Amino acid sequence: MSHNNVTDISSKTAARPLAQDHTARNEGTDFNGDWVEEIRVNLSAAERRVSTLAGRRTVKKEWQAAWLLKAITCIDLTTLSGDDTPGRVQRLCAKARQPVRAEILSALGADKLTIRTGAVCVYHEMIKPAVDALRGTAIPVAAVSTGFPAGLSPFETRLDEIKRSVEAGADEIDIVISRRHVLTGNWPALYDEVSAFREACGDAHLKSILATGQLGSISKVAKASMVSMMAGADFVKTSTGMESVNATLPVSLVMMRTIRDYFERTGTHVGFKPAGGISSAKLALQYLILVKEELGDRWLQPDLFRFGASSLLGDIERQLEHHATGRYSAAHRHPMG
Amino acid sequence: MSNVAEIFQEMSYGPAPEQSDYVLKWLDDHGRAFGMFIDGKWTQALTGADAIESKNPATGELLATISAGTKEHVDAAVTAAKAAAPGWAKLSGHARARYLYALARLVQKNSRFLAVLETLDNGKTIRETRDIDLPLIARHFYHHAGWAQLLESEFPDRQPLGVVGQIIPWNFPLLMLAWKIAPALAAGNTVVLKPAEYTSLTALYFAGLCEEAGLPPGVVNIVTGAGETGAHITSHPEISKIAFTGSTEVGRIIRQTTAGSTKKLSLELGGKSPFLIFEDADIDGAIEGLVDAIWFNQGEVCCAGSRLLVEESVAEKVVGKIKSRLERFRVGDPLDKAVDMGALVDPIQKRSIEFLVQQAVDEGADLWRPSIPCPEQGSFLPPTLLTNVSPSNVAVRDEIFGPVLTAMSFRTLDEAVALANNTRYGLAASIWSENINRALSVAGDLKAGVVWINSTNQFDAACGFGGYRESGFGREGGAEGMLEYLTPKAEWSDGGEMAVIPAPQGPGDMPPSDGIDRTYKNYIGGKQTRPDGGNTLVCLDHQGQYAGRVGDGNRKDIRDAVEAAHNAASWSKTTAHNRAQILYFIAENLDARGEEFASLLKSLTGVSARRAKAEVDTTISRLFSYAAWADKFDGKVHTPPSRNIALAVHEPIGVVGIVCPDTFPLLSFVSLVAPVVAMGNRAVVIPSERFPMIAAEFYQILETSDLPGGVLNIVTGNRDTLTDTLAKHDQVEGIWYHGSSAGSAEVERLSADNLKRTWVNDGKARDWFSNATGEGRQFLEQACQVKNIWLPYGD
Repeated sequence: MSHNNVTDISSKTAARPLAQDHTARNEGTDFNGDWVEEIRVNLSAAERRVSTLAGRRTVKKEWQAAWLLKAITCIDLTTLSGDDTPGRVQRLCAKARQPVRAEILSALGADKLTIRTGAVCVYHEMIKPAVDALRGTAIPVAAVSTGFPAGLSPFETRLDEIKRSVEAGADEIDIVISRRHVLTGNWPALYDEVSAFREACGDAHLKSILATGQLGSISKVAKASMVSMMAGADFVKTSTGMESVNATLPVSLVMMRTIRDYFERTGTHVGFKPAGGISSAKLALQYLILVKEELGDRWLQPDLFRFGASSLLGDIERQLEHHATGRYSAAHRHPMG
Repeated sequence: MSNVAEIFQEMSYGPAPEQSDYVLKWLDDHGRAFGMFIDGKWTQALTGADAIESKNPATGELLATISAGTKEHVDAAVTAAKAAAPGWAKLSGHARARYLYALARLVQKNSRFLAVLETLDNGKTIRETRDIDLPLIARHFYHHAGWAQLLESEFPDRQPLGVVGQIIPWNFPLLMLAWKIAPALAAGNTVVLKPAEYTSLTALYFAGLCEEAGLPPGVVNIVTGAGETGAHITSHPEISKIAFTGSTEVGRIIRQTTAGSTKKLSLELGGKSPFLIFEDADIDGAIEGLVDAIWFNQGEVCCAGSRLLVEESVAEKVVGKIKSRLERFRVGDPLDKAVDMGALVDPIQKRSIEFLVQQAVDEGADLWRPSIPCPEQGSFLPPTLLTNVSPSNVAVRDEIFGPVLTAMSFRTLDEAVALANNTRYGLAASIWSENINRALSVAGDLKAGVVWINSTNQFDAACGFGGYRESGFGREGGAEGMLEYLTPKAEWSDGGEMAVIPAPQGPGDMPPSDGIDRTYKNYIGGKQTRPDGGNTLVCLDHQGQYAGRVGDGNRKDIRDAVEAAHNAASWSKTTAHNRAQILYFIAENLDARGEEFASLLKSLTGVSARRAKAEVDTTISRLFSYAAWADKFDGKVHTPPSRNIALAVHEPIGVVGIVCPDTFPLLSFVSLVAPVVAMGNRAVVIPSERFPMIAAEFYQILETSDLPGGVLNIVTGNRDTLTDTLAKHDQVEGIWYHGSSAGSAEVERLSADNLKRTWVNDGKARDWFSNATGEGRQFLEQACQVKNIWLPYGD
């Protein structure tokens, strides 16, 4: 896959070449309290932007099909369940390798495109089966970590968990932040925590999960995003998927704007991953449109944008079959993951 | 590579056209030529020179021709409306509510059709017609179905006016129709409405919905045509009220032509609304707000936030963000569902915008436009930003009515307010700050009928909309909007010229009969001031005997009085409690000198001692009433259907001129002055010309009552000469006139220049003794204007 029109990639560091093409990693900055304190977010304005955007932008016909294929390549195909087994993970990986039936791609004229998911996302114990199942593909394995989802296990344990997951072959580590640092406004503590996690990641990319549904206000979401980025997060991610409120468009808008702010201050691209509750093709398109409008085309690539989702792919497949055949599709016609 | 594969790489937007074939078929079915809807019937479509072409501004294609209504058509429509009026007014509120409810339902059932038709006819995007106009239209009919239902209980002392003439603009054709027709019908009036000649098609479709709703013939009449047709409406003698939305220029003409006609008038005119961004704002949110403020509806919005004022510390950042935002802007086919801005209504409008932009550049503005595609064919313009502009630049001063934003910076809150208010207009304003103290403080200081905090261009049927200053007067929406279509059941006494009492043929200049010389001065700025001309006028008692002298005020005295009133601005900010205390104190001091005033009234006006005492007593009671009202005539808190509160605040008008009648000179003087002062206005009063000594005597009471200087200024002299100066004075924002019918007409005519709020008696008299007609809500309503402050919340 190639990036078109990419001119603004900074090359600050030579990161380990990932399975994906990737821009330079976020090396972070010193803790800068002003960058946090200056943040102002008006929830009503954010909600209005999101609610009107659905009427301002849409994609139809071939555009919709192409955008949905793009969405697939941005999915972190995820299983995070206590009953995960190697067999279940292998099946998921098979789906990640070939998320859409070949004849549908062919009918869409997209058979030359490499369509596979952005990553497979699992718990630590499932890293090895995933790595094995994805060997020979460029699909990275992401592992949730640091006492996911609550993040309240001992700090040393959490650091150790990251290191073990990296050793087990994880390319990306989805850490959870200590929500208490956000709720008490202890930004230096949050910075130190994420910095430590980042260091433990080594060459693996770090996604900082904010658990936005537990942070109390939209301004705190923006501030926690900024602190995570200063501490070197390669991605900021909304949710574990386990909170009562997970990814929402207004929260995503605010995180994207903070990413843009960070980019304007540092020249560094940080990725964005909404997770939890994104299960329809229509909603996925709204997210992509929001990314395009707020962050720009550069972010519409899997190295800078991911969906944390498990059931989204199924709905996209049905929509794509409809594009290919003109008939509305059924779930059982598509291989399960 | 296939299309899909290419798009996958580019991630571009494709076309997303809204279907319009069924709407074009409807036009075909009507032969692409429309008559008018008069008395429940359709007139023959006029052709040739009597027809007007209605074009799609996005393509230039002819959609249909509409008829240019003549005087005969307007007469027929007014006759039908007049015939229908009694029956419609006599219906129960519930019966009218059912009709309005039916119209709301029909609008909803036809909403997509109407949205597409509006987009074809006007050039605005389908996104806006579908997501903004049509929902607001349906909401307006629902809301006013409710007012019809509640009319008897909520407005027990008011009645409908009869036939109302309504003239609406082309920028929100069907929405403006709804804003006009719904309250008029709810209040029990019948309607003759003229849509704009560029955009009459949705109004004609709506006429069909009226038929479908079974509206009685004549209740709604739609007459199409251009300005000439409109002039037949505004000058029609059988029309009781004119409601106009459009340019300030035309509004002024309507004010002049309706002067003295006794027509009630509401004008919703132009604007040059400020959009303020403070450094503590959510700047990204504010930038989106700005897009909704000035690039909404191609900038063809009377309340468009066309003047950006941004705190200097963030000015560069804001301008940078505007530019990068506009690089993602999409201008194009208005029927495309992924377009931000469509076509301007007509090539004429495009040329007029380009002319003003060029003039602004010639005056030194820097022009910036994004490098986005903009269709060459059709009436399109890209979003335009003008920086490096001074307050004197034409683009800062004049309403452009197009997608053009000017940007200026400010240093302090006070400077922000001063720049924001540095305009003849006063329609709307938008304030962006995350500091609620700052935002509400600025909201209070802005001269605007609508203030949106951290939001912009919010509308709702429950919240009044309308302007200050030359943006017009009257409100649309909410209870205050209903009042525009109602009139008090009992207001004026029957009979002809009754407010003016001619002076008897007296003996002229005679020595004081009782040996004490009474020569009164003017009362200006809290001081007794000698009249500028140095002359005095003789006052005669009821027998024509010499009673005393008052100053012969002239235009310079009026000028000085207005200046003093203007400088007493702190009165408008003093607490209502404080204003009440002073009114009580005035009453107390009048009571102490009650016998003296009664005796003066008796000797001057010739009333009986009993009657004179009653006038003094009623006057004291009236002062108590307005002291009581001062802290009770509060605004409202509206709850529009969004997470918002809208504070409808009653604000003083500013400097109000008051011209008093001769009848009951003490009581009428106080009845007019007290509500004006109670609501925080400052007044320049021309007391009774026949009995000016009463008011002159009264200023001695004011001097002992702690009323700050300049709040109430009294200039005696010739009523209509002084009124002429007052009505022409641009610092005077309202004028109440009680004199002759000719004088009333003159006040209305002269007030057109700065669009003063006028309240005139048309020569008629009031029963000042009655509490029903001599005091109360109507006076308070006339003494203030409603500012709606929208405050969204949430974190």
